[in-house]
Amino acid sequence: MAASGETLTSAGYIKHHLTNLQVCAAENMVDGHCSGFWTLNVDSLFWAAILGVAFLFLFRSVAKKADTGVPGKLQCFVEMIVEFVDQNVKDTFHGRSRLIAPLALTIFVWVFLMNLMDLVPVDWLPEAAMAAGIPYMKVVPSTDLNITFALSISVFFLILFYTIRVKGVSGLVKELTLHPFSSPNKFVQALFIPVNLLLESVTLIAKPVSLALRLFGNMYAGELIFILIAIMYGAGILLGGLAGVLQLGWAIFHILVITLQAFIFMMLTIVYLSMASEDH
Amino acid sequence: MSINATLIGQTIAFFIFVWFCMKFVWPPLLAAIEERQKKIADGLADAEKAEKRLELAEVKAKDQLKQAKSEASEIVEQANKRKNQIVDEAKVEAQAEREKILAQAQAEIESERNRAREELRAQVSALAIAGAEKILERSIDPAAHSDILDKLASEL
Repeated sequence: MAASGETLTSAGYIKHHLTNLQVCAAENMVDGHCSGFWTLNVDSLFWAAILGVAFLFLFRSVAKKADTGVPGKLQCFVEMIVEFVDQNVKDTFHGRSRLIAPLALTIFVWVFLMNLMDLVPVDWLPEAAMAAGIPYMKVVPSTDLNITFALSISVFFLILFYTIRVKGVSGLVKELTLHPFSSPNKFVQALFIPVNLLLESVTLIAKPVSLALRLFGNMYAGELIFILIAIMYGAGILLGGLAGVLQLGWAIFHILVITLQAFIFMMLTIVYLSMASEDH
Repeated sequence: MSINATLIGQTIAFFIFVWFCMKFVWPPLLAAIEERQKKIADGLADAEKAEKRLELAEVKAKDQLKQAKSEASEIVEQANKRKNQIVDEAKVEAQAEREKILAQAQAEIESERNRAREELRAQVSALAIAGAEKILERSIDPAAHSDILDKLASEL
């Protein structure tokens, strides 16, 4: 629904749903809206944090009373996820690292939960927030570029960290300059270096960018379609009925998408990190 | 929709969550899983061992049963033999006993008969004397004619 005072139009409705609840310093306010870098999307951060804490709380409570005998149903469920992640990590990452597996688990479950917010009917939480006096509430953190980029840039720094730890700074430089073109001739090699650097830099930068944009794009598009379907509810009985069918179909399809995106994010993280810590 | 400080907040949250997961969630869960895997593997190995032992025990039991059966039949056979022996011995003994008892009885009968005969003879002689006395009307003096009487008695 549109913020109070505005007339209810489709464009306004969509815009309202796609606006974050933002806080910033008073000097950054430009006619009632925050601008500039020092702005916090409070709703994205809040939901991301809540979901992360929920995930950790659930898993920690299971881990604390983990039974090595016959496990309960919840423990079975949690262990299934843990083993699934562990298996994927073991299949892909051949080095030894205490970080990779928990990192992969955190990414998988957290991203999944953030995506899962997409299945909450689009008006519920924003309307509830409005009733509580909060003007904007964007509830799917993974439709916020900041959230997806935060994850992918963290992964990017871990890639650099692992490359340097395993191969050293010289190894990182060599990787950036001596591939994919190399020549035994020193002079030719020197000519290749700028080309290699350009190509490899793009490859390296493309990793976090693609990681973040893939998740963001999928979730944003999915969210937008849910919003568009929600608009159809107001367009008469016929279109409203059609919207119900569409929403159901899209939600069921979206279950696949959110799981798949979480899995892809996790898998690519493992793959990138294993590439970083292995010599070619 | 622009990049802002949310990025930093989310990055911090991400690292905290990963750290927490690495420290407090992953190790106990994986340890529990691995320990259970080990338990199950041990259990399976034990079960296999037990099965083997059971097989062995079955074979052993069969052997022992066979042996016991043969022993039992041997014992029965021996017992039969011994029984026959005892019966035979008893028969022989009984025969001997019978003969002994028979001989004894015959001897007794013989002696009884002799005794009765002696008695009878004495009584007959007394009767004969009494008869003779009646006939002779006290003519015979028993003391004087005892030699005749004795002779008479021996002839009867």
